[in-house]
This record gives sequence, C-alpha cells and structure tokens, in this order.
Amino acid sequence: MNDMVLSIEPQIPALRRYARALVGNSASADDLVQDCLEKAVSRWHQRRDGDPRPWLFAILHNLAISQFRRQAARGPHVAIDAASEHDVRQDAVQESQMIYLDVLEKLSKLPEELRSVLLLVAVEDLSYAEAASVLGIPIGTVMSRLSRARERLQRELDGTSAAKAPVHLRSVK
Amino acid sequence: MNHRPITEDDLHAYVDGVLEPERLAEVAAYLGGHPDVAARIAGYSAQRSLLRSALAPIADEPLPPRLSLSRMIEDRRRPPWTTWRAVVAALLLVSIGGLSGWVVRGALQPPDVGLAGLAQEASYSFDVYAPDRVRPVEIRATDSEQLVQWVSNRLHQPVKVPDLTKSGYRLMGGRLTATPHGPAAMFMYDDDRGQRLVILTRPMQTDQDKPMVPHSSDGVSGFAWADDGMGYGLVGQATPELLKPIADDARRQMRPI
Repeated sequence: MNDMVLSIEPQIPALRRYARALVGNSASADDLVQDCLEKAVSRWHQRRDGDPRPWLFAILHNLAISQFRRQAARGPHVAIDAASEHDVRQDAVQESQMIYLDVLEKLSKLPEELRSVLLLVAVEDLSYAEAASVLGIPIGTVMSRLSRARERLQRELDGTSAAKAPVHLRSVK
Repeated sequence: MNHRPITEDDLHAYVDGVLEPERLAEVAAYLGGHPDVAARIAGYSAQRSLLRSALAPIADEPLPPRLSLSRMIEDRRRPPWTTWRAVVAALLLVSIGGLSGWVVRGALQPPDVGLAGLAQEASYSFDVYAPDRVRPVEIRATDSEQLVQWVSNRLHQPVKVPDLTKSGYRLMGGRLTATPHGPAAMFMYDDDRGQRLVILTRPMQTDQDKPMVPHSSDGVSGFAWADDGMGYGLVGQATPELLKPIADDARRQMRPI
C-alpha cells in the first residue's frame, strides 16, 4: 500500500500536466486524472514490475481517448476546442508570458495523435519505447508522428505554413 | 571514418537528448556540415524547451483535494456498506454492554426477566438487524418452513410465523438471536417503502401471560405481550397507532392453540 503511494503520488503533477495539455480544459483534465488514479489504485496489483510512469500514462491516455470519442459522438466539437483554448490561455496569462500563450495555442491546433506523442516525449520525458507502449502503437509510428508534430508546430511557430518544405532525412522504422 | 548514415530518428533523439555519447558526436558533426538541417533541428530544440516552460507551471500547481491519493485509498478502504457494518458492530457492542450490565446488576435491582426485558430485546434486535442491507435475516422467507423448524427446535416450542400481508408487510425471513434468557426467534418484515419491523419471541420464565404493553425509544416503538409461556415483542419505525393493529393481528396468529 505504502509502496503504491510512493510510486504513484510523485507522478500526479505530470499526469495533470499531460491531461491539461491534451484536453485543454483544466476541470475535465483533473476529472481524467482522478479517474486515472482511482483505476491505478484498484489495478495496482495488475501492473508489471518496473517504472510505473508508462503504466499510469497509459491509463490516463486511454481515459482521455475514450472521452474524446464520447465527445465526438455527442457532436459539437467546437465547444471543446473553445473551452480548451480559453483554459490554456488563462494558465498562460497567469505566467504573463505571451510566448507561452502562443506555443500552447499552436499546440492545441495539432491533431490529438500528434499532440500526445509530442507531449509524452518532449515534455514528459518518456522514452520512445515507453511512448509507444502508452499509445499502443509501434515505435516507428511514434517516430513518424513525432516528426510530423514537430514539423507542423514549427511551421505554425514560424508563421510559414505552406512555405518551403523542410529538408528531410529518411526515417528509420 | 566509417559512419552509419544519420537518420531522422537520430535527429529527434538529438533534440530529446537521448543519444549515446558516440552517436551524439556523429550527429553533431553532421549538423556542423549541414546548416539547413542544423537550423531545423535548432528550431525543434527551441520548440521543445518552449513547450516545457509553458507547461511547467501546471505541474507546480497545488493538487486539489480530489486528487489526493491517500484520501482515495481511505475511501476505498471504507466502502459504503462497511459504514453499516460499523454501526451494527457498535450497536452489538452497546447491546452486549447493556445486557451484561443487566446481568451483573442482578443483586442490586430486581432482574428484568419479564415483559420489559423482552421488549428491550426486541428493540435491540430491531436496532441491530433492521438497518442491515447485506444480511438482515439468516434464513429468507422462501425457506420459511426451514426457518420455523429451526427456531421451534431451538426454542423447544412450536413457533408460528404470522402473515402480515394484510397490513402491507411481507415476511423477509428470520434468524435465531441471543438474549440473556436463552435463544429467541426473530422474524423480519418490510413494506413497499422498505420500512422494516421485527417480531421477537422466546419462552418466558415470568410474565407468562400478559396483556399487550406499548413501549418506545429513539424513534422506534413497539408492543410486547405474553401468551401461554411465550413472550412476543413487535418493534418498528411506524407510529404506535399503525403498529398496534399489526401487533394485534400477529398476536392472534401466533397464539398457541
């Protein structure tokens, strides 16, 4: 029990950050984290040995995905995006850093499957293999999504959408 | 030198700082010779640290109470029904304490072996078993024959289970309970709103034939009576006015012929 608390508790801030960056709205992000923690506590005995981080992120990610699906099935996609951008913007404004606001807004424009890879790898420091297991995709797909995510975000940041294509090297799968 | 070709994956691993030192040197050397690729990779590195700084404050926010793991674990340890178990256990302890006090005081006060004692026992049984959502009775009404046989054997008296459906109460079942005067049979009933009542019966040493007397305490009320050596107590949450006709009906049905 104590072992479980010691393993899970330090991860909660990162889980919140991932959820918020993924879904935008801070209240629904915390809902997801809460569901995730409850699942983690009840399934603690089912986890495999080793670092609990990828396991926790996988639970959280799957919850987020099923929430996206439910919302998509419900219809008005607009409301979510509006709410998410608003919330992310609020967080950024508190930081009084316009540049952060800008990158978060552009991040939120990335499709979910690119955003999740970028966040897990570049922000949450998961290895490529761990990100692959969290997302349930091959490592090669992680790499190609990471590449596309960075390229698209960079294009947004540079304000050079549809400008000259960047120099690309072959991606090894 | 015989380098392995630099791949796009190597460049991302460079950005993410996960290259082995040897490979890192090779990638750095490659970037040195390819300023266009180096510019793109520098952009990715800047983007990475920008994202991290922009999102870092979220992880620094204090956790809201609902994300407290210890609270969650605490809640799981105490599922809703254990509250009832705790209440039942507490009531049992109170009853046992009360009853042993009852026995111990013997020399100081006249032992309450009569109808008042029975009424008290019936109230205890109601307090303990009626709130139980998990197993209020040991033998269910569907096995009422078995129930009657069991309690009749233990009480050494033929016991009848009254049918109270006329008053809107269905038999749920029953069990044997312990009293300071030996075993007693308890039957539990409920109505359509889930309101429960219990009837307790056991042989009487004193007060073997007594007219019905009302009693009440803490929101429960009841009636106790004795016929031909058997004592009966009916306890429920309904008002005495509602319980009285039910008790009369039960008395008629349970009286030994």
